[in-house]
Amino acid sequence: MELTLLNALIAVSIAIGFVALNAAYLVWAERRGAGRIQRRPGPNINGPLGLLQPPLDGIKLMAKQLIIPGGADKALFIAAPVLAMVPAIMSFVTIPFSDVIIAHDLNIGILVIFAFASMGSISLLFAGWSSRNKYAVMSAMRAVSQAIAYEIPMLITVITVVLIAGSMSLTDIVQTQKGGIWNWYVFPFRSGLFNPLMLMSFLIFFICALAETNRAPFDLGEAESELVAGFHTEYGSMGFGLFFMGEYANIVIGACLTTILFLGGWDCPFGLYPGVWWFIIKIYLIIATIIWIRWTFPRTTIYGLLNLSWKILIPLSLFNLLLTAALLKVL
Amino acid sequence: MSVPVRLQPDETFVLNVGPQHPATHGVLRVKMEMDGEYIVNAETVIGYIHRMHEKMGELKTYPQYYMNLSRMDYLGALGYCHGHVLLIEKACGIEVPERAEYIRAITVELNRIASHLFWFGAFVMDLGGFSPLMYALQDREHILDILERITGSRLTYSYYRFGGLYNDVDEEFVESTRKFVPRMRKSLKKYRGLVTGNIIFKKRLEGNAPLSRETCRKYGATSAVARGSGINYDVRKNEPYSVYPEFDFDIPVYTEGDSMARYKVRMEEMEQSLRIIEQGLDKLPDGPIMPKKAPKIIKPPVGDYYQAVETARGNFGIRLVSDGTKNPYRLKLRSPTYSNMHLFDESCRGLLIMDALAFMGSIDLVIPEIDR
Amino acid sequence: MVSYFSEIFSGLWSLVVGLAITFREFFSPAVTVQYPYQTLKMPPRFRGHIQLIADEEGNPNCIVCMMCQRACPSGCISLAGKKEEGQKKKVLTKYVLDFTTCSLCGSCVEACNFNALEFSGEYKLASTRKEDYIIDLKKRLEENNS
Repeated sequence: MELTLLNALIAVSIAIGFVALNAAYLVWAERRGAGRIQRRPGPNINGPLGLLQPPLDGIKLMAKQLIIPGGADKALFIAAPVLAMVPAIMSFVTIPFSDVIIAHDLNIGILVIFAFASMGSISLLFAGWSSRNKYAVMSAMRAVSQAIAYEIPMLITVITVVLIAGSMSLTDIVQTQKGGIWNWYVFPFRSGLFNPLMLMSFLIFFICALAETNRAPFDLGEAESELVAGFHTEYGSMGFGLFFMGEYANIVIGACLTTILFLGGWDCPFGLYPGVWWFIIKIYLIIATIIWIRWTFPRTTIYGLLNLSWKILIPLSLFNLLLTAALLKVL
Repeated sequence: MSVPVRLQPDETFVLNVGPQHPATHGVLRVKMEMDGEYIVNAETVIGYIHRMHEKMGELKTYPQYYMNLSRMDYLGALGYCHGHVLLIEKACGIEVPERAEYIRAITVELNRIASHLFWFGAFVMDLGGFSPLMYALQDREHILDILERITGSRLTYSYYRFGGLYNDVDEEFVESTRKFVPRMRKSLKKYRGLVTGNIIFKKRLEGNAPLSRETCRKYGATSAVARGSGINYDVRKNEPYSVYPEFDFDIPVYTEGDSMARYKVRMEEMEQSLRIIEQGLDKLPDGPIMPKKAPKIIKPPVGDYYQAVETARGNFGIRLVSDGTKNPYRLKLRSPTYSNMHLFDESCRGLLIMDALAFMGSIDLVIPEIDR
Repeated sequence: MVSYFSEIFSGLWSLVVGLAITFREFFSPAVTVQYPYQTLKMPPRFRGHIQLIADEEGNPNCIVCMMCQRACPSGCISLAGKKEEGQKKKVLTKYVLDFTTCSLCGSCVEACNFNALEFSGEYKLASTRKEDYIIDLKKRLEENNS
């Protein structure tokens, strides 16, 4: 499509609309899913099936007073939630929903998405530091060390996939997985490549995506409210609302990336009718798994978390990288 | 896991884990002196829910004092009532019919399971897993329904009377309890799969705040705290009372002394309670529930009497000094959680806050019992 | 080295077992009773606040012996009666229960030898005023009879 002003505006509004709708209604899905797992209904009073709950919660949040603690760094305090939400929306620029539905296909698509994801950790620091609250700083430090520790195995697995695909553009990565379920990168048997550890790579990438978005069982940053409140303790009304929505938008991005890199993007498992509907089905299956995992497992300690990353995930993913490179050279 | 560190005293700040806990322990205040994330010193401050039960013991007559005991520890209330009625029966020489004794034992064990289920849910929620709380409370609802049918209350029962029971149980109680036992066994299997075997739990609880036998003995700790450290003491076996000598059950003892051991002791206690309930239902005799000559006015002879029972929290002791009138001269309640809690002050040095909270959850505090 | 890998595998397996349990619970029916749209029936021995029992003519069985007032540990019963001429027993004129201090122990019901008190089974007692909890049991009996 030509890059006119109208097209650009339509694309941007579709992207923002998709993100906002997801962020709002994923909350609903999570509360209903959590309720069903715990054998209770979840919200079902406002509107049929509780579907009016997110707009009403949004109105409630907006009606609250935005309090900035005295002595807090105003610019950073206001910038932090914005900085949590913006990279998620920006990352939608390069994500291909199908062959033709993509805002702008950059040939370094992966790199752009990870650049934006790293900005997310800066927003944690801004939030913790500017609140002028001992406990917020403590938990912001922890959240940042968690974010950094889990970016490394994520990038190493991505490099593995890029090596196999031969290009960093997301559309190309999906195109090379065309042809049915056995051609996807998650399975080890592909024409021209036999790598038995790709399933492990998929798991490592999935765990890192959970940890990057501060999602249980790695949610030390925010649910440390067993005792001390997390880095967003001093935020009320829309500041909290933006952090919340930013977290769900990040979850959607993580699910999109997992599908594109490992599960074949918009490809159909039987090779029949590829299209955007398969993409949507796949990301919602992954998001359902993420919600399922949250309500099953308890939290890890900070030591368990960092040990998992540095001692287990990084050696395994490095080993897989070397193995893939060697196999690509040999086969 | 706790790493021993060199801590400099001038870099510490005081964190007040205030009386209002987000975790479900009650109103307990812990003043923690912290260096970064490690605890240097902790001091527990109690007294926020002191209701003067021991003073009320001196002002009320013996029958008027029944319901105070349920309010002491409301989660495992029947155990405390049991101790009180056994004491007064011992002092006045009242004979209890067999049927009443068996029903008392069955209901006490049902209440013990309910209390342990609530502890389990709250403990796992402290660690971050939200679903087992809901499952545990749903199982507890079955017990509460069974007990509500016979006593009329769900939480603070005043069911026992001096000499027997308030009202009798019927066939439906026996049937619904018999149906409950296999359902509870299935749930325990579910908890083993969901919680006990989980690698995240194991990493969090193994090696967390190990307590040695000497520490437990020094503080007089009982129940799972002592049995998790290798001390094989349970009042039902060491100083038997009521009909417990007729039942065949084991006392789980683990020697590691860490939070995982205490957790496993309580889970196995639930299984043993189910065994006692089954045996009690099989052996339940017919007969009256109150003795023929139940005294109307209770006036124990002058003297000093003591009775200890094993409640869900530990060794609960109650001592009566009577001067022959219708009010006691002194009624002393020995609270097991009081002794268990003070272990926390000494043993949490050098732990992270998350580990200290897991420790506090594993010793199963119920603050109204400490403060009486 | 072997324990490193075996720990990873056994750890992953335990996580899968946990997920399977919650998956099974997901398809189990909800156990919530959505009050106030659905209510439960109280068992017959349920302890609501006490109420007076009437005889065939609608008068309370109470003969004002004051045993319930003496048995109550919290002092929440206050009653009064007067002796009419020509009658052997006293007639009840006032029976007020202060429900703010009642602990539902049942001592009063047990102490009464004349079958005058029973538990009512009322549980819908939410109110915004303290006066609603000073319950006049004689008036309640008259309203129930009419």
